[in-house]
Amino acid sequence: MNHVPANIKATKARLVVIGNGMAGMRTVEEVLSRAPDKYDITVFGAEPRVNYNRIMLSPLLSGEKEFDEIVINTPEWYTENNIHLYSGDPVVEVDRDRKVVISKSGTETEYDQLLLATGSDPIIIPVPGHKLDGVVTFRDVDDVDTMLGAAANGGPAVVIGGGLLGLEAAVGLQSRGMDVTVLHLAGHVMERQLDPSAGYLLAQELERRGITVITEADTAEIVGSENVTGVRLKDGRMIPADLVVMAVGIRPNGRLAADAGLAVERGIVVDDVMTTSDPAVFAVGECVQHRGQCYGLVAPLFEMAKSCADHLAEIDTTGYAGSVTSTKLKVTGVDVFSAGDFSGGGETEEIVFRDAGRGVYKRIVLEDGKIKGAVLYGDTSDGAWYFQLMKDGEDVTELRDTLAFGQAFAGGSAGNPLDAVAALPDDAEICGCNGVCKGAIVSAINEKGLTTLDEVKCHTKASASCGSCSGLVENLLAATLGGDYEAATIKPICTCTDHDHDSVRRLIIAKDLKSMPAVMQELEWRSSDGCHVCRPALNYYLLAAWPGVYVDHGASRFINERVHANIQKDGTYSVIPRMWGGLTNPRELRAIADVADKFEIPTVKVTGGQRIDLLGVKKEDLPGVWADLNAAGMVSGHAYGKSLRTVKSCVGQEWCRFGTQMSMSMAVELEKMTWGSWMPHKFKMAVSGCPRNCAEATIKDFGVVATDGGWDLHVGGNGGIHVRATELLCKVTTDEEVREYCGAFIQLYREEARYLERTAPWIERVGLKHVQERVVDDAANRKALFDRFMISQQTAQIDPWAERASEGVDAHEFNPLSMVAAE
Amino acid sequence: MTNLHWIDIGPVSAIPQQGARTLQTETDRIAIFRTLDDQIFALLDRCPHKQGPLAQGIVHGHFVTCPLHNMVFSLETGEAQGPDDGCAAKVECQVVDGTVRVGLTELQAGLRHAG
Repeated sequence: MNHVPANIKATKARLVVIGNGMAGMRTVEEVLSRAPDKYDITVFGAEPRVNYNRIMLSPLLSGEKEFDEIVINTPEWYTENNIHLYSGDPVVEVDRDRKVVISKSGTETEYDQLLLATGSDPIIIPVPGHKLDGVVTFRDVDDVDTMLGAAANGGPAVVIGGGLLGLEAAVGLQSRGMDVTVLHLAGHVMERQLDPSAGYLLAQELERRGITVITEADTAEIVGSENVTGVRLKDGRMIPADLVVMAVGIRPNGRLAADAGLAVERGIVVDDVMTTSDPAVFAVGECVQHRGQCYGLVAPLFEMAKSCADHLAEIDTTGYAGSVTSTKLKVTGVDVFSAGDFSGGGETEEIVFRDAGRGVYKRIVLEDGKIKGAVLYGDTSDGAWYFQLMKDGEDVTELRDTLAFGQAFAGGSAGNPLDAVAALPDDAEICGCNGVCKGAIVSAINEKGLTTLDEVKCHTKASASCGSCSGLVENLLAATLGGDYEAATIKPICTCTDHDHDSVRRLIIAKDLKSMPAVMQELEWRSSDGCHVCRPALNYYLLAAWPGVYVDHGASRFINERVHANIQKDGTYSVIPRMWGGLTNPRELRAIADVADKFEIPTVKVTGGQRIDLLGVKKEDLPGVWADLNAAGMVSGHAYGKSLRTVKSCVGQEWCRFGTQMSMSMAVELEKMTWGSWMPHKFKMAVSGCPRNCAEATIKDFGVVATDGGWDLHVGGNGGIHVRATELLCKVTTDEEVREYCGAFIQLYREEARYLERTAPWIERVGLKHVQERVVDDAANRKALFDRFMISQQTAQIDPWAERASEGVDAHEFNPLSMVAAE
Repeated sequence: MTNLHWIDIGPVSAIPQQGARTLQTETDRIAIFRTLDDQIFALLDRCPHKQGPLAQGIVHGHFVTCPLHNMVFSLETGEAQGPDDGCAAKVECQVVDGTVRVGLTELQAGLRHAG
């Protein structure tokens, strides 16, 4: 696989690069971007393939990526940039006197400048048996192939080394069906990146996934005759293994440099512009030792590449000053971050935040008011922020009180919202639900001495209904009270508890709580049976967590969901039968007309969601109304529930001359798949048959818009008080994909959003990217979400009307008591 | 209170725990509540705010939350809780040998018609 372009100009200086890895090629790319015609470049690589992203070996092993996806530079790239690539032909000798490199195949290549990027070698512990078949390292694509070959037969595997790479290997092998044990010499895993607390949480998570972690495990011998059969520890324990992965660390590869007489200590010694002891020879990457440091992470390599390229391109450079590094474990579903020096002690101080229920641990080490190091477990979303503060050497004294809560609490972001709310006139409406204007809120705050959102809710009703203005109200509080206002950092669900929604959800799962009394007992509720705020939320969280197991608690539902109809201001109810996708027929329409006549229903109205609403039904008539509608084949439209409401459609390709897809049948399919599911809040969908979007899908929670080649999937729209257009989740081509993405998105919303949080504020809170990572980018996760949704649907798609109309469920709800006897 | 007419309306078990049922009288509808600790309370089935049907609300502790606007009323006194003003009309009731009895006025019991 040698690419030798023909048009070589001998007049250029000759740059020879030994090492076709990430550091070498990044340097070449940087040189090309600075001085595209300066050098005639030749690259030697030991591996018989193009340059690939070595840090993606873990996803390659776990099957989340294919080799093609981790290639950085294709063969065409080498050709286009006139680079001679000798892959699979390592350099075996450098003759500095003649300025020539000699490859294994005997090729001699002259250089003017030589770049060494020979990387590092995995450390092999020289215990007996380390050369047996089935003992591998985790360093390149060949290693991954060997591991995959072993994993195909299942069986036990041992990973020696519980560092970053070892754990990634362990998780990868486990996901490939092997029974994995990790042996680690130190007292906790990833001891170079994590402190003992985070290491403990990580080990627990690995154990939960079925990986055995043995710490303080000193390997005595790898056992086997030809193939490995096990590992024996110095304490005598024997662990069976068909595969042993050595991942105990790396050692800079400086052999070639040392043989050539260059200064090599732990690594090849370089200065700030990556020059070795020979001014014509440079070195970058894991093979170097710079200011006494060797690096094994990718960020420093890229910084070195820039300095080296500046120098090679003869651009003034401040040079490489060493790197402050951060690490993240590349294991799906495990969030670990660490940066800097977190050993603590001496003049340092530390801020620690723990949430045992959520499995969150954060430790930030400060010195002289600056961040010196950080370890995050479980919630790493602020890792980049801490890292930036640390690299910039920023004084964080001012932020100290809320530092552990992350950037969101540090304030001062996007266009000061306090100024915006202060500028509103007194008659500006803040709460649309209850018609409360700014003046009323401000005077209540001043006159009644209100200091919290809850107090404002109680006294003014502002934000007491849909809650979408609560942010505005809080800003008003802050603007009115000035420095006296302190936003609550944790917002408890209600006064019955100190827990917020997220921690309750996590604890329900973590503590295996399957009933309302269990939740209230274990989470130390302050009231005997909760209140109208927490009980409906808990009921939903329990339903969502334990489908088919948890028994719905009617007394904890709002009246609408208890009697499956919408209460009106006079205490009567409205009834909306389901019309799949907005389609109906004469039979259904006749049944509706007959019901309206028979029960003297005063108002019949077409709704915004393409349904027919029967208004003014007396409560005791509900079962009779439903029985008649059921008889015509109609079921509950759930227009009263925190659930799938309607799927609106246009007439689509079935009728419309512009239609590009069958939007009506898609709408019907989606509605049949999703009806009956309980959600954090109401959920509306629409399907448009062409980009004209007549079904108004871009203000729905999940909107589907047909294109010529498939479907655009939109999420997070809302047509309510605050109109919010959807954001594009992704484009798909098949109907099957629409169904799967729809189910997966709903399930993610069901699992992650807080009770009474619509998709719009949820997505604004977590970000579209968060959703895309889970629903679009990660196919396995999407499938898993979809499967969980369909499992929950097995027990959700029972018509509540039929149960009550003909099976006598909750009869007490509909029949008044009667007087038995009067004295 | 002197002329209350006590009527039996059935066993405690006829009313769901943390729930309520209604009793239609000559003049009013009465909401009869059963709390988690199996105590029975009765209020007129209309809140002082917008005549909300209290029997349809969520029962918690010795309180009920009105289904229309989430005002919370004490089942013991009928008083609105928190900053809200107002009082739901209380109706006398008792449990005798497991049977719920409600004390009606003459008007409610239909013994005398409103003048």
